[in-house]
Amino acid sequence: MHAAVIVFPGSNCDRDMRVAFETAGARVSMVWHKDTALPGGIDVVGVPGGFSFGDYLRCGAIAANAPIFRSVRDHAARGGFVLGVCNGFQILTETGLLPGALLRNAGLKFVCKTIDLSVETSDSAFTRGYNAGSRISVPVAHHDGNYVADADTLRALRADERVAFRYVDNPNGATDDIAGILSENRRVLGMMPHPERMADPVHGGTDGAVLFRGLVEDVVSA
Amino acid sequence: MKARVHVMLKEGVLDPQGEAVRHALGQLGFQGVDGVRQGKVIELDLDETDADAARARVTEMCEKLLANTVIERYSVEVQ
Repeated sequence: MHAAVIVFPGSNCDRDMRVAFETAGARVSMVWHKDTALPGGIDVVGVPGGFSFGDYLRCGAIAANAPIFRSVRDHAARGGFVLGVCNGFQILTETGLLPGALLRNAGLKFVCKTIDLSVETSDSAFTRGYNAGSRISVPVAHHDGNYVADADTLRALRADERVAFRYVDNPNGATDDIAGILSENRRVLGMMPHPERMADPVHGGTDGAVLFRGLVEDVVSA
Repeated sequence: MKARVHVMLKEGVLDPQGEAVRHALGQLGFQGVDGVRQGKVIELDLDETDADAARARVTEMCEKLLANTVIERYSVEVQ
């Protein structure tokens, strides 16, 4: 299983994501945003958290138009896995790989703390290691995590069980307590909380490691 | 020629920053402010000399980058 982690100027969770993938058994290539092609044989693309391009214009807007993203879109169109965390989630909504958008937190404050999530579906490579309905503890650290989408999109997300995670105690005003969503083919996941920051006992827990292990197991067994 | 783009959150999309500004105005004693919406102005210097062509180009820029049409609306002025 070979994962690529995209690195932008301002990414700051790229190495954490790499370690989480490697701990789960993946080989990882770090890929600079100006590269125009992913390495051959990539199974999963990780779009990490941080402040790509200083959050200029809108969070994720400049990164979504980086040269590497043409290749990431092609990868997704072929049914490849894509995981976007925090700024990575914002970037995936800006590219249109996931619907909706992330607005400024309703409380206007940057929220940085460990919170509880409810796992809403185990029907995806990302969430297969969890039981639907179970609660996990994962950190959030963002200023713009307030998920919004139009009514039709929200209806479709609910009807197809594409909400992967919900906040137990909503920290940012996100519509419907949405913390993470899946694409139609369930192979693209965007989430504001950071599973890679809860992936080793020294982090204080390993609830996030389950996501990376599930993904690696899914690819290896396919 | 110059173009000016206004980007605003769509009606119905809650603007927490605008709300905070509205509260702050109230605290300063400015009464009767029923709503505040905060947006962006982007000014562009273009080498284009035809107004219609400039407007078309800037509109394309808005669709591709300057605005996120999921949550924002935009208007383009050319002068």
